[in-house]
Amino acid sequence: MNRRDYLFRKIVFGLITLCIVVTIDFFLFRVLPGDPVRAVIGRNVRISKENQQALREQFGLDKPIFPDQFFDTLGQWVHGNLGISWSLRRPVGEVLISKLGSTLLLISLGQIFSIVLGIALGLFAGWKRKKAVDVGALTFSLIAWATPTFWLGIILLAVGSSLFGLPTGGSVDPANVNKTFFENLPDIARHLILPTLTFTIVYLGEYMLIMRSSVLEVLGEDYILTAKAKGMSNWQVMRKHALKNAMLPIVTLIALNLGFTVSGAIYVETVFSYDGLGKLFQDALAKQDFPLLQGAFLLLAVSVIIANMLADILYTYLDPRVRQT
Amino acid sequence: MSERWILFKRNLGGFWKAFRRSRMGKIGAFLLITALFLAVFAPLLTPYQPTDTIRDANGRGLTFAPPSVHGPLGTDDAGRDVWTQLVYGARISLMIGFVAGSLAMFIGSAFGIFAGYYGGKLDTLLMRITDIFLVIPDLPLTLILIAVVRQMNLGIPPLVVLIAVIGLLYWTSTARLIRSQVLSIKERQFVARARAIGASNSHIIRKHIFPQVLPLIVASTVLIISTAILVESGLAFLGLGDPTQPSWGTMLNFAFDRSAISNGAWWFYLPPGLAIVWVTLGCVLLGNVLEEMFNPRLTAHHLEGDEKMIARPTPEG
Repeated sequence: MNRRDYLFRKIVFGLITLCIVVTIDFFLFRVLPGDPVRAVIGRNVRISKENQQALREQFGLDKPIFPDQFFDTLGQWVHGNLGISWSLRRPVGEVLISKLGSTLLLISLGQIFSIVLGIALGLFAGWKRKKAVDVGALTFSLIAWATPTFWLGIILLAVGSSLFGLPTGGSVDPANVNKTFFENLPDIARHLILPTLTFTIVYLGEYMLIMRSSVLEVLGEDYILTAKAKGMSNWQVMRKHALKNAMLPIVTLIALNLGFTVSGAIYVETVFSYDGLGKLFQDALAKQDFPLLQGAFLLLAVSVIIANMLADILYTYLDPRVRQT
Repeated sequence: MSERWILFKRNLGGFWKAFRRSRMGKIGAFLLITALFLAVFAPLLTPYQPTDTIRDANGRGLTFAPPSVHGPLGTDDAGRDVWTQLVYGARISLMIGFVAGSLAMFIGSAFGIFAGYYGGKLDTLLMRITDIFLVIPDLPLTLILIAVVRQMNLGIPPLVVLIAVIGLLYWTSTARLIRSQVLSIKERQFVARARAIGASNSHIIRKHIFPQVLPLIVASTVLIISTAILVESGLAFLGLGDPTQPSWGTMLNFAFDRSAISNGAWWFYLPPGLAIVWVTLGCVLLGNVLEEMFNPRLTAHHLEGDEKMIARPTPEG
């Protein structure tokens, strides 16, 4: 199979997954009891029967759910029209976009720190298998895996706020909301320390483990033996042959992890009252704001699927072997 | 003696030998057994009920009493004994973990065995389904599923919803693991022989494939239980647990919501989390040791032992 076929298959798979997610998202919220017209006009709003009927017709809710309503809704979604949030009384799309930036900032910082540290530590641990470094790294990642993200957040929150005077929540101090972004930068950074630390610790263990087992696998390959037999030192073998090949699975893991980072964002943002998509999702859940939940799920799932497709495409450039498989 | 029986005996004998040697496995088993002990003997370990309010000499409720005032783990915001909640919470957390984990194991094994054994289109289909599950962000999906089922008012107890959703969503890793094992088992001679004497597919699956993957299924169940317990604690923390049957996650939800942190009540928010880590770690240690025994992989390492060259061990079989 050549690369074009491989890419074609990956993209088709991604599109199928997208269709499934969209279908789940549409029908899941349609099995709810109650009138879907409320999803459009908001809860607790008094509107006369005639006006409700007019609205129902205007939004096509008098038509059959499938195919008419389904494709109508799909068309609306494509145009970024995700309905009105019940609790915030604002368009869902607008609400989501306003929270997107802070979540992206938090997730990217956490991922960058954990990936860089994870690759370095994992490489070292795999190289020195069964030595103290390795045992330490393994123990750490096992405990990190077994620790619930939100509980780690609670501990860091308790320690960080009482011992180091770090803020206990929010993404910026309420006194500073009217200042410009650059004036607020130090304050924003202070609010980011604990959530980012939580994120980094949670994902570090996993990257380290994957890097370690990937290094171990590569070091078992015949070309390493050949390089060694040619008289290269361990360090040379590591740098010239092992490192690049061992890093390949990390690319896949980053993409696959995006789904888990979304979970992480929900926990971390809830614990630190950090004003992003994760907290928004949790609030929507607590308030049973279904249009907001539906829109947030759509945004999260679609971004993760697209990111995975991009990672697959990137992978064909990094690993020439997939062109032949 | 048949090859199958020899393989089985070798698995079992090798298992005990390897297990006795493995410190990780022993630690894991210890962690799990102590947690089970707490859960089973909860009523004997505490004089109170989880809902009892502890009162001081004047009859006032003891709120946020530290362990020095009321032992061994103090009281919560409503004056209830934290240790009592912890041991009774073990019952809920472990029960959810075991039941949801078993459900996921059942689905995952069925998928893995059928996909691996029949191969072809069925395999492709089943594996694409697991791929799709792998890509969709699982926590948001879990949350909206639970929220929607609750809203539908079907009268299903919240814990049953929790168990069902966890079981139905977290089976993909088992499916992959079992499938790859089945792929290698079905190439073995005893399967070919059974087929040659006219055994049906269902006979081969029941009598030849299943017994061979069973140990791996057990190992993977232990691992899934840890996932299920972690996921449940998270969902309960986000407020989806059953407040009348508090698990460790529910305790943490209470602690967080009722400002145990700003009150410095570490005895309220540390123990439930430690208990979760305790059990999950136990499952992971035990599960990994079991999995490694039944599914041996890495042996060679060409950069081990300083600068000397080492010969690669001959691969088995």
